[in-house]
Amino acid sequence: MELLAQNILNGVTIGAFYALIALGYTMVYGVLKLINFAHGDLFMWGSYLGYTGLMVLLGLGLRGGPWMIIPVVIAAMLIIALAGVLLERSAYRPLRHAGRLPPIISALGAAFVLESLARNVYGATYITYPSAISLTGGIRLIGDVRASTMQILALVVSFAMMAGLWAFVNFTRTGTAMRAVSLDHDTSRLMGIDVNRIITVVFLIGPGLGAVAGILVALYYGSFDFTMGMTFGLKAFIAAILGGIGNIPGAMLGGMILGIVESLGAGYISPQWKDVIAYAMLALTLIVRPTGLLGERVAEKL
Amino acid sequence: MMKTFKDLLARFQRIPTTISLVVLLIVAILLPLALDNYQRAVLWTTGIYVLLGLSLNIIVGYAGMFQLGHAAFYALGAYTVAILNLKFGIPVFLGMIAAVVVSGVVGFALTRPILHLRGDYLAIVTIAFGEIVRMLLVNNVGGITGGANGLFGIQLPSIFGFTFRSVLSHYYLVLFFVVVTVIAMRRLENSRLGRNWNYVREDEVAAEAMGVDVVRAKATAFLLGSGWAGLAGALYATRIGVISPDMSKFLESVIMFCIVVLGGTGSIPGIFVGTAGMIILPEVFRFVKDWRDGFVGLAMVLMMIFRPMGLWPSHRVAMEMGEEEDVPALAQS
Repeated sequence: MELLAQNILNGVTIGAFYALIALGYTMVYGVLKLINFAHGDLFMWGSYLGYTGLMVLLGLGLRGGPWMIIPVVIAAMLIIALAGVLLERSAYRPLRHAGRLPPIISALGAAFVLESLARNVYGATYITYPSAISLTGGIRLIGDVRASTMQILALVVSFAMMAGLWAFVNFTRTGTAMRAVSLDHDTSRLMGIDVNRIITVVFLIGPGLGAVAGILVALYYGSFDFTMGMTFGLKAFIAAILGGIGNIPGAMLGGMILGIVESLGAGYISPQWKDVIAYAMLALTLIVRPTGLLGERVAEKL
Repeated sequence: MMKTFKDLLARFQRIPTTISLVVLLIVAILLPLALDNYQRAVLWTTGIYVLLGLSLNIIVGYAGMFQLGHAAFYALGAYTVAILNLKFGIPVFLGMIAAVVVSGVVGFALTRPILHLRGDYLAIVTIAFGEIVRMLLVNNVGGITGGANGLFGIQLPSIFGFTFRSVLSHYYLVLFFVVVTVIAMRRLENSRLGRNWNYVREDEVAAEAMGVDVVRAKATAFLLGSGWAGLAGALYATRIGVISPDMSKFLESVIMFCIVVLGGTGSIPGIFVGTAGMIILPEVFRFVKDWRDGFVGLAMVLMMIFRPMGLWPSHRVAMEMGEEEDVPALAQS
């Protein structure tokens, strides 16, 4: 029973990461109907920038501590958000009217560029965050079920960001415009919405959230390398599909389900099979219910 | 610069396909004689990827479906021939036939339930299938795949007492299969089935209304394409002798996909151009070795912006793409 509870808690934590990254995929798909394959690599760059930021702060001779995470997260978020906009401008905007195939190839190409860049700048070895900033300790929930401080931080940050995004999309003018654009570009334009501006906003928010997830993931797992963009990105993408791509609550739900199922699979079957479980879930979802869990129930899609 | 390059390319494309292919064949026969063994090995690899490109071209180019997990069938073919050879002592040429059958049947069985999916959704499931196959191979299913290390010690192919031992002889073996495949593809393009694929690609609903069995056409494309990828995998295994689950990596599938799209979707000369771009060019740029993927990626982005139909598009696709330029396809749901 305790093992089950612990596995579910771990699953929820990983699920929160998946959800944060999945939001980036799902929002871009919502407005552009494009699978942004480079999103996983932007997320990974968040981890790398977090590392650089921490090294710079420690290099300045400041006393290391968990507080350093805050400025680093904000800086990484801003930089990655700008990188996202730059990516859209250079690799996707010229192809907006080119059909479905060219943007996919372009996205894959951009992913290669980002990955190669990371490998050459930081090397092909595993990167570990400096131990001076690591969060220790934790609390005991029930019996032997423990939540580490890191887990609590990850969950609080992820849920706060998701709640913020949900509020933004539902209650602000820009958010309303985003939902409109995801339904129909031309009609939105007729209604006076600057479609390009909305797309820029989407490419600011998605990668920004991805960068936060990148730093959280690096803190949680302790180390990462340049292949993380592809592997973790693909998982997050599965989460987006699972919940219904283009649908924001769906991405959150999909992330949670994927995280929990993976964690239970790793705990009760074998860690070797957790990836197979994730991919099999994806295949099954698309065969049985291609719109995802929330794809149809919500009339408006984003 | 760009303009002269385009003019040059256009001039080349006016040469009838048959003539350019025959010229290419003569070059492919004579060129390796003047090269060292390393360069021959590069050409051999190119041959394998041409086969893979031609096989994927059936699915992506002719039938217009996104397949981003093609490497799974490449690996499946290699493993079929290896397991039959290592565990049962079956000669590799017989194993190759089995590899084609196994890959084709598995490809058919896996994709049959997902044929109803739209373009990019299909791409995603095929990515998942590719990864599942890789994971199954890594986890050593049934204890016969050798786990993460793969299998080694596969015999060289031999026929009538002749063994394809040298790189050169194996290269000619691959070349033979490439020639056979190209002839088969050109026949296929103009067959009833080939034209059905084109109808399905251009307009599924209209094709259905004209009496084309859409599901059957798509399923056949996957059957033939996957089977042929299996042949390429089997050929790979019989020269290298060592295979690993990495053959089914997502990156491999992406490379195959790019060969088809960058060369020119649906075009046979395009496959050769695309393979040269994806396989030979990185070899030439070996001195920048770590940046290779980055350059390939950059080339992919630039190609899509400046020449979205590929370097050497097929006439049919060129016409189709030309007409559709005004339609904001991305904006439609």
